[in-house]
Amino acid sequence: MTEPRFEHPPEEAAISYLADGHSLRSWFLTTDHKRIALLYLVSITFFFLIGASAAALIRLDLLTPQADLLTNEGYNRAFSIHGIVMVWFFLIPAIPNVLGNFLVPIMIGARDLAFPRLNLLSWYIYIFSGLLTLYVVVSGGVDTGWTFYTPLSSAYANGAVVATIVAVFISGFSTILTGINFIVTIHKLRAPGMTWGRLPLFIWSHYATSIIFVLATPVLAVTLLLVAAERLIGIGVFDPRLGGDPLLFQHLFWFYSHPAVYIMILPALGVISELITAAAHKRIFGYWFVAIASIAIAVIGFMVWGHHMFVSGQSVYASAVFSFLSIAVAVPSAIKVYNWTATLYKADIAIDAPLLFALSFIGLFVAGGLTGLMLAMLAIDVHVTDTYFVVAHFHYIMVGGSVTAFFGGLHFWWPKITGRLYNETLGRIAAVLILVGFNVTFFPQFLLGYEGMPRRYHVYPPEFQVLHVISSMGAALLAVGYALPAIYLIASLLPGGRRAPANPWGATGLEWTTSSPPPKDNFTEQPVVARQPYDYPLAHPASRDDG
Amino acid sequence: MSAGIELWPPQASHHAEQVDLLIGSFGAMVWLLTLPVFVLMTWFTIRYRRSHQVNRQHAPTHNLWVELGWSVIPFLLTLGFYVWATMLFFDIHRPPPDAMTIHVVAKQWMWKYQHPEGAREINDLHVPAGEPVELVMTSEDVIHSFFVPGLRIKQDLVPGRYTSLWFNASRPGRYALRCAEFCGTDHSVMGGNLIVLQPQDYAAWLSRSADGGLDGTLAETGATLFRQMGCSGCHAAASPVRAPALGGIFGRPVALSDGRTVIADEQYLSDAILLPNKEIAAGYPSIMPTYGNVLTAEQVNALVAYLKSTHAAQDSK
Repeated sequence: MTEPRFEHPPEEAAISYLADGHSLRSWFLTTDHKRIALLYLVSITFFFLIGASAAALIRLDLLTPQADLLTNEGYNRAFSIHGIVMVWFFLIPAIPNVLGNFLVPIMIGARDLAFPRLNLLSWYIYIFSGLLTLYVVVSGGVDTGWTFYTPLSSAYANGAVVATIVAVFISGFSTILTGINFIVTIHKLRAPGMTWGRLPLFIWSHYATSIIFVLATPVLAVTLLLVAAERLIGIGVFDPRLGGDPLLFQHLFWFYSHPAVYIMILPALGVISELITAAAHKRIFGYWFVAIASIAIAVIGFMVWGHHMFVSGQSVYASAVFSFLSIAVAVPSAIKVYNWTATLYKADIAIDAPLLFALSFIGLFVAGGLTGLMLAMLAIDVHVTDTYFVVAHFHYIMVGGSVTAFFGGLHFWWPKITGRLYNETLGRIAAVLILVGFNVTFFPQFLLGYEGMPRRYHVYPPEFQVLHVISSMGAALLAVGYALPAIYLIASLLPGGRRAPANPWGATGLEWTTSSPPPKDNFTEQPVVARQPYDYPLAHPASRDDG
Repeated sequence: MSAGIELWPPQASHHAEQVDLLIGSFGAMVWLLTLPVFVLMTWFTIRYRRSHQVNRQHAPTHNLWVELGWSVIPFLLTLGFYVWATMLFFDIHRPPPDAMTIHVVAKQWMWKYQHPEGAREINDLHVPAGEPVELVMTSEDVIHSFFVPGLRIKQDLVPGRYTSLWFNASRPGRYALRCAEFCGTDHSVMGGNLIVLQPQDYAAWLSRSADGGLDGTLAETGATLFRQMGCSGCHAAASPVRAPALGGIFGRPVALSDGRTVIADEQYLSDAILLPNKEIAAGYPSIMPTYGNVLTAEQVNALVAYLKSTHAAQDSK
């Protein structure tokens, strides 16, 4: 890594990264982190549509207690592909690889990521593994669920289990490369004056996420290869008939997959810190607590995996320890919520679409987090684990949390990314629609779970139908909420769309000091940082004159 | 299709009431802690909106004591509930000594039960009300999970391993019983009923079931198997083959050839039959063949029940 040097002399207006080449080659062989972020945006949207179609099939099928749309096997394949695509091909890459890719270098005043070609390679690996997953879908699918529990996956399941495993295995390399790239970039490419104490909280959360990327993903890769090896050549690792232990798989799988939950939520927490401070026009309350909370979540998140196994037959004493640690990991998350709320006190709040998404996020994240705390309680977990209670809980975190934050971030940085302004009224309507649609879809599932509706059930007792119908109607509303931004965001790109100024929100942060969209090298001259993050001028009482 | 909406599952046991009380009180505490946050968030947003002229002076940027307060106090409150929930959890894993043992074997996609008196049934399980029942469970293929919402209990059944839980269903009635761990194609129809009967009705049901041509209690079935399968050829005291005598072995420590000592529980005896080379009793050659392809899980249960019923003095027959 050398000191960033900037090719354009400051007096010459640099052309934007979007205008710098229009050929296919200039996109598909680009090493510009901003263009790669857009490649990711298009690809994760595509995979989101695949995963959402599977969800639509599931919700349609569950309108009635009988099997009328899908067969039992078809239903199992639908929820398996829904989980696999949404987790590995949408949620995990969504915020880090789109918003993170675009913003990490700009926010720290760098010209690009530390390894631009590795960044492009990471996208190609992602696309290759994604295409392999599509092959699995068209070749008949897989019926293991996204959790691949053994010995079901290694000895009994039908369908393209090995192809799916290979796809997820390969996608892991994309994740690891992104993690390494972010860690090195944040350590080595910070602009002069950008000390660790001046890093935007978005950067802290991506730093924490990257640590998990690098440390957890290899465990998943090895575990899945062992499942494939058992399935293909019968080496006995997990299948008791071959002398293996099925619980070993669960330990290894959740050692990755619980941190993976934090992979999906930590970047979202970073987005929300940016959205709240920009809307509030005020310094974040308790910067260091919010920053270190991200690292604490990443570290403690590695020690709670056993809470997925309270009824698996693991030692009751191990369960008691995992239960305690799972309660402890809630503390740093709670700290963030309290600090965001305190940030709003005596603030100067612009109630725009990004803030509405951020407030929705906080509400849904709190609901998801507190039901997670209930699940950490052993005697409660025994009743509600593997039911719709768990389904509702993790959708509150992953969809209510991550996806809402992703939409909030997309709205907040859309003017920076594209240089265009979207229709603010439609943005607010979409934020409210998503909040309402989400709750109508998933709140009834908490009740279903407590009443005893197991997850992954295709046919169910008739007394659960009313709640399922409400949930499916909510899903339709949610689909409209998600489709709406696609329309007005794309419309903003059409000729005649309103141009965005460099800093439409009046926000601090280096990304707002450069033009919208930024030039190819991000800045026309090397930024030098001399101030705290979120250093908004103090508001004066009664002297404000707002038009 | 109008079965109506059932907002709370039935409570079939004291444990179910305890779990409901726990989630109710914990839920109340969580609301008490959360509601102020939501109220303040909304109030701040409205009061400090940009168009509103209001005193914004001296806005704090950090406060260590506030941070410690909202980190530590909710955590300590939650720890109280942690202790309560963990105690309840330990309860369902510590069966009272007088609990009757019912063996459960799951396979894709059915439940099979063996009562100690010899009655066997599929999917529907009859138990007496007000008496502790311990389920000793295993699976023949993939992982399943025994879930009775009315009892608020659930336990996975893992192939190659025994798991257990116990309950005391106090209210007679029919309670849904479902498989909660995804187990393949027909997972969602793998269910049945837990039928809780008054003790006298249960006794009547047992005697009716015994009329179905069943051969004695589970232990007696095991004794027959012990002879039929040739176990007695080596494991009887007078046998010329050097093999451990098994009378009264259940619950006793066994010294192994690798120096460890294990307690001869269900898991050990089952492994000794199915995976005889896994743990070899000290002083004996490793010559026993596996019965993994010969015996079903239920036959293994019967053999274990038989071994459990023997005593050292009477020796194995």
